[in-house]
Amino acid sequence: MSLDSMKEIFELMSEKKKPFWEIVLEDDMETRQVTRSQSIAKMLTTWQAMVDAADSYTGRRRSVSGLVGGDGMKMRQYCIRGEALSGGYVSEVITEALSMAESNACMCRIVAAPTAGACGVLPAVLLPLCKYEELSQHQLLEALYVASGIGAVIAYRACIAGASGGCQAEIGTASAMAAGALVALRGGSGAQIGHAVAMALKNLMGLVCDPVAGLVEVPCVKRNVIGAVNAVSVADMALAGVESRIPVDEVIDAMGEVGRRMPVEFRETALGGLAATPTGRAIKRRMHKPLS
Amino acid sequence: MDIFDILGPVMVGPSSSHTAGAVRIGSMARTLLGAKPVKAAIHLYGSFADTGLGHGTDRALVAGLLGMKPDDLRIPNAFDEAKKEGLSYTIDTIELRDAHPNTAVIEAWGEGGKHLEMHASSLGGGRIMVDKLDGIKVSFTGEYNTLVIRNLDYYSSEAAVTTILSQFRINIANMSMWRHKRGGESLMIIEIDQHITPEQVNFIGQLPGILSIIYYDKEEGDDVSGFDEGNL
Repeated sequence: MSLDSMKEIFELMSEKKKPFWEIVLEDDMETRQVTRSQSIAKMLTTWQAMVDAADSYTGRRRSVSGLVGGDGMKMRQYCIRGEALSGGYVSEVITEALSMAESNACMCRIVAAPTAGACGVLPAVLLPLCKYEELSQHQLLEALYVASGIGAVIAYRACIAGASGGCQAEIGTASAMAAGALVALRGGSGAQIGHAVAMALKNLMGLVCDPVAGLVEVPCVKRNVIGAVNAVSVADMALAGVESRIPVDEVIDAMGEVGRRMPVEFRETALGGLAATPTGRAIKRRMHKPLS
Repeated sequence: MDIFDILGPVMVGPSSSHTAGAVRIGSMARTLLGAKPVKAAIHLYGSFADTGLGHGTDRALVAGLLGMKPDDLRIPNAFDEAKKEGLSYTIDTIELRDAHPNTAVIEAWGEGGKHLEMHASSLGGGRIMVDKLDGIKVSFTGEYNTLVIRNLDYYSSEAAVTTILSQFRINIANMSMWRHKRGGESLMIIEIDQHITPEQVNFIGQLPGILSIIYYDKEEGDDVSGFDEGNL
């Protein structure tokens, strides 16, 4: 993508009198030299893969390490019993985020968004909304373009990989993408999308990537939940008219700076944080068997 | 990086670098071997060696050698699939100097006696880099349609190849040449914007000084015939 700031997208929106999603779509057509239909068809295929991934979750699979699996189903049953404090939509967001991130850890097919480790965040906020509201395929499509445009700007200005910028870059970016998608779905303005993205990143800034035994399992699966719930909160705030005092592009740059200055122990190396706890180390020793 | 690197790839988990990238490395080795592999020796370095077991890196590499794509649901069962396909393999760890932390070395033997040794690394997000081919240092990603041409290192075979590409109306995006020593064999890596036909590849293979040519076609796009946005 050639768009390198949210400001540039906002300017193109007012210049061309077109919505956020269409600016991203047109940029994709230009970047990949594809037709409008080709771009949209690929986005629909991507969405279908997310839907299929959610549908195929059974809660029975376990990860290679045995640390992960079944929590999404526990959460679903708890929600069905009507006991969830969060209730309704948000409890389903939690369920979906856990389930999708577990599916990833258990070698099922998922859609990286923006990474495999953060794959649960975006579908977690979108899929339950399809149950509660009449959403057309086209509305979902628009939300996905908004999400991917946000992710591309963050990838350009900062980073989206835990190895580069910690969990704030992975789950933080996924959360910002999901927040922007929700605001777009509710007909929010470009400025409101920007505020939601800014707030999503601000709330998760500094979060370290400290995977136990280097695996995309602990704490990654549950961090998908905080990314998703954070997205719902900031989307609601933005739609209510709450604004970020720091402009969105500056927030993205700040996240990138925090990532660059983050010690290497907290960037997916499994040398710090939860990975370096006594229990984390014990799990690593157990997993560290020679291959074959 | 395009928006489908952000929303994508569609892949079997758990890691875009350690699983999806590993499938792509295996699949790249199969393509560059130019034959169905019957035997492979896979050596893992760095983080691939340390966390490969938990990430299914071993199975992902074998899956790639079997020709699977990163979204293939058979990846977790790649070892069984290898038995069915008649591919025998060994997997161990290796020490390398100055290598990327996610590096795999694959030695592969194919039908018809073909042999390949490839060093490749997984850069993150499912993107890969081929670092060494049969002992010659190279650098290419498979993000473009790519011609890998082995030629004798004299009389600038590259001039003949590029002239022919121009006549085929094929644009060169990036091009590099690599050799081990003067007067030996060298490698031309040509990344192109268009697709090239098997006949055209054959034609280039017949040019003087060309020892072999392999064409890597990046993953194909979706068929959108009959698609109508108005129906959404």
